[in-house]
Amino acid sequence: MFQSRNPLSWRQLLLVVCLLSATTVSILAERATVQVAAAADLVYCLDELTATFHRQQPTIELKLTSGSSGNFLTQIEQGAPFDVFLSADIGYPKQLVAEGLAPADSLFVYAHGKIVLWTTKPDAVPVVQGLNILADSQRVVTIAIANPDHAPYGRAAKAALEKAGLWTAVQSRLVLGENIAQTAQFVQAGNVDCGIVALSLLLGPKLKGVGTYQVIDPNLYPPLEQAVVLTRSGETNAAARTYLDFLRSQTARQIFDRYGFTIPASGP
Amino acid sequence: MNPDFLEALALTLRLAGVTTLLLLVAGLPLAHWLNRFHGWLGIGLEAVLGLPLVLPPTVLGYYLLVAFAPNQILGTVWHQLFRSSLAFSFPGLVLGSFIYSLPFAVQPFQTALRGVSRSILEAGAMEATRRQVFVFIHLPLAWRGVLLGATLAFAHTIGEFGVVLMIGGNIPGKTRTASIALFDEVQKLNYPEANQYAIALLLVATALLACSVALSRRTG
Repeated sequence: MFQSRNPLSWRQLLLVVCLLSATTVSILAERATVQVAAAADLVYCLDELTATFHRQQPTIELKLTSGSSGNFLTQIEQGAPFDVFLSADIGYPKQLVAEGLAPADSLFVYAHGKIVLWTTKPDAVPVVQGLNILADSQRVVTIAIANPDHAPYGRAAKAALEKAGLWTAVQSRLVLGENIAQTAQFVQAGNVDCGIVALSLLLGPKLKGVGTYQVIDPNLYPPLEQAVVLTRSGETNAAARTYLDFLRSQTARQIFDRYGFTIPASGP
Repeated sequence: MNPDFLEALALTLRLAGVTTLLLLVAGLPLAHWLNRFHGWLGIGLEAVLGLPLVLPPTVLGYYLLVAFAPNQILGTVWHQLFRSSLAFSFPGLVLGSFIYSLPFAVQPFQTALRGVSRSILEAGAMEATRRQVFVFIHLPLAWRGVLLGATLAFAHTIGEFGVVLMIGGNIPGKTRTASIALFDEVQKLNYPEANQYAIALLLVATALLACSVALSRRTG
């Protein structure tokens, strides 16, 4: 392949490569797609929401990425091409609005989340006894929570442990998940003794009936007000608006309800 | 087959292909040029270019992320030219992979180019310009090592995780490569899907390594 007669062909090759990748990028951008960044507690709920949305709007394609809300905030600030941001709290979307990266009128709370103490070893770790079981360092050697620094569910878990007076006792036994879905994966695989995860994950098809969980008293942590917001690129994307309207609809609210979320009273 | 799987696989192959082509275009002249340096300068240059061999990918990912920011030179120039962000984009991944896989291509290139007998090249130099000697005599004689470098760079790009995780943002069809998709599926507890990615990556890696072993045995 290097025996070409004209040495210039290398440059031409480079040009072709650049042009090809540029075209692919532009083709991808022109389809009626909505790039959605969603908090990891929504992974299963989102499958159902997406399927329902597709039945209503078959021409709009949703591209979903799930992860921790704090990471999404950073990524959107750095120019990640998301149109819609479904956060697990309201602080991050508000911050985007304050920074001028999201239109204020698009922000609304779509659900209130709940945390639960969950184990796949209920005989060894009787979670029905509540959070206090965690003080027993003989039986509970490792506890998974999401990283409180950038995952709202991790922050709620930390707040609950602090309020229950257990934080210092458990701190050295904590395993931090990158986001709440990974935290649940740690527990599901049995790699930790128990974990504090989102109720919505345990009501999804993958984890329904797996192990035992105990809902944590909501008075122990600040409410997990989960808010959604359009980004600047989503603002000019009509399909993203349509998706946002869908999230406000009665149909979507019923799905959130089935996944254990409390639906905000002040509906549209 | 599941369309997400095919999309991630196609993206991974596209990333590895584009990166390898760019490494051939830029890496071969670079390897040739490095071979002319001796002493401390040569050692220093090779050490800097070889850094991705030992550096945690997150270090490279971090610096790239900083450099891609709209208030930095690279980020600003790219934005002026293409009206888009380098972070969380395919071109950004190509740049990251290019740097990350550079030593995997350039080091075999250097060895291969050094292995060509000087007397043949000197004989050629009587009739042709330096560039002509490089393109028409030197490179064809070193083809096995060139192919070895390209194969290793391709394989290494496919196996990339840390850099892509930091600068990619896991966007389907744009930056969600197979290794990232595998990570993602495990988090969602979709083990059959994760398994699909794992097997595909294992097979591709084995095949590519077999090629490189065959090539290096003969050059060796």
